[in-house]
Amino acid sequence: MRHLSLPAERASISSLRAGDVVKVSGRLVTARDRAHRRALELSSAPVELKSVYHCGPLVRRAGDGWEVLSAGPTTSARMEAYLEGLLERFGTTVIIGKGGFSEGALDVLRRYGCVYLSFTGGAGALAAAAVKRVVEVHWLELGIPEALWVLEVRDFGPLVVAMDARGGSVYARPASGQE
Amino acid sequence: MLDGLVELIRTAVVRLPPDVTAALEAALAAEEEELAALQLRLMLENAARAEELGVPLCQDTGVPVFFLRGEWGEVEPLLAEAVRRATEQVPLRPCIVHPLSRENTGDNTGAHVPVVHRIPGGERSVSFMPKGAGSENCSAAAPLPPSAGAGEIAGFVADVVRRAGAKPCPPVVLGVGIGGTLEHAALLSKLALLLPLGTESEEPALAELERRILREVNSLGIGPMGFGGRCTCLGVRVLSAHCHTASLPVAVSLQCWAHRRATLVERDGSWEVVQP
Repeated sequence: MRHLSLPAERASISSLRAGDVVKVSGRLVTARDRAHRRALELSSAPVELKSVYHCGPLVRRAGDGWEVLSAGPTTSARMEAYLEGLLERFGTTVIIGKGGFSEGALDVLRRYGCVYLSFTGGAGALAAAAVKRVVEVHWLELGIPEALWVLEVRDFGPLVVAMDARGGSVYARPASGQE
Repeated sequence: MLDGLVELIRTAVVRLPPDVTAALEAALAAEEEELAALQLRLMLENAARAEELGVPLCQDTGVPVFFLRGEWGEVEPLLAEAVRRATEQVPLRPCIVHPLSRENTGDNTGAHVPVVHRIPGGERSVSFMPKGAGSENCSAAAPLPPSAGAGEIAGFVADVVRRAGAKPCPPVVLGVGIGGTLEHAALLSKLALLLPLGTESEEPALAELERRILREVNSLGIGPMGFGGRCTCLGVRVLSAHCHTASLPVAVSLQCWAHRRATLVERDGSWEVVQP
C-alpha cells in the first residue's frame, strides 16, 4: 500500500491510478457545503486548503481543545458545484470523501492536478482512530459539522484512489442506465 | 424511563444491529471484486471498533426518529429531553438546523424534531431509527400510474437506486411503501426499514415484489461504496395500504449499510433495549 504525505505535490499524485489503495499522513481540513461556499465568496480561507476532507466530525470538548470521536466522510456530490473554484483558487491536490463526483469532474481533476480518494462511508470510528489531534478549528459559527476542522492524521485509510488526475475512475457505471 | 431512552439512543448509534452485521458478512463471503470486498471488511471492522469503544459508528448520527407502539400519551417532551441528554452524553453530532437560516440548534431538537410516529395497537414499545442525510437525500416518492403493476414498481425503485449510485453508502437497505396517500406511502417505507433483514412479507404478491426489487437492484452492479461488485442492496421490505382507484403512490426510503435501529421493550416490569 502506498503512503502519501500531506500536503501532496502534483508530482507525487500524478502517478496514482484509479483503483490504487493508499494511506495518508499530515494535515487535513474538513469542509462541507457552507465552508466551500464561504471560502469561494471570500476568495480566501483562514487555513491552507491543499488537502480537503469532506467531513463533519463528531467531536467532544477535551480540556481547552477537542477530541474527535467519529469522523467518516460525507457525500462528495454536494460539493461538486464548488470543485473547480476550489482547485483554481486554493490549489487543492487531494480531496477525500465518499460517493465520488460525476464523470464531468474527471476533466476538472485532470486539468488542475487533483486526486479524489474515497474513505469507506459510515466508517466514522475507524477514521477517528487515525486522527491524532485537532490542530485548530475555524468558522465554528457555521455549526460543528460545517466548520473547518484542521486535523492531524497518521496512516489515515485505507483510501481508494477513486478518481485520479489522469481521467481514470473506479466508479461502476450501473447497468441499463439511460442517464 | 428517561435513562432508558438515552440508552436506547446510545445503543442505536453505537451498535450495528446483528441482522445488518450478518447481512454484511454474507455479502463479504459472496464478493469476488477486491475493492468491493475491502469496503465490506472495513465496514465490519468499523462496527466492531465502535462497539468496543462505545462511540457512534458513523459521525452522522442523523435526524432522531422515534416510532411508538401502544398507548403513550403526551410523551414528546420526554423524547426531546432524551435526545438533548444523548447529544451531550453519548455524544451525538448536532445535526439539526432551521430549514432556511441553517442555524444549528446545537442539541438535535427543533420544531417537529425529534420526529415521532405513532403506530396504534400492540404492546408498548419505542423504536429509534436515526436517519442519516447521505441516504435520505436519495429517497424518493412518486404517484405511479394506477395500472402500474409489480414490474413498473420494481423498475421505479431500481431507477431511484441507480440514480443514487455511490452516494447513499451502498450496500443499501430499501424500505418501500405502496398505496395509501403519498405521505402514508412514505411512512410505510420507513416502517418497512424497521423490519428485520432476512424476513419477507406474509403476503405472497408482496414477497414476490420484494424478491424482484432485490434482484433488479443487485443487477445494477453499483456495489459497496460504488466500486462495483455483487452486493448493492442488503435487503428489501415492502409494506402496503389500499389506495384510491385512480392512484398508486410509491415511496422508497434508502438506508445506508449503517442501518442503525433499536427498540425499548417492557420485560418483567423493566425496560430493555433490543435489536433485530
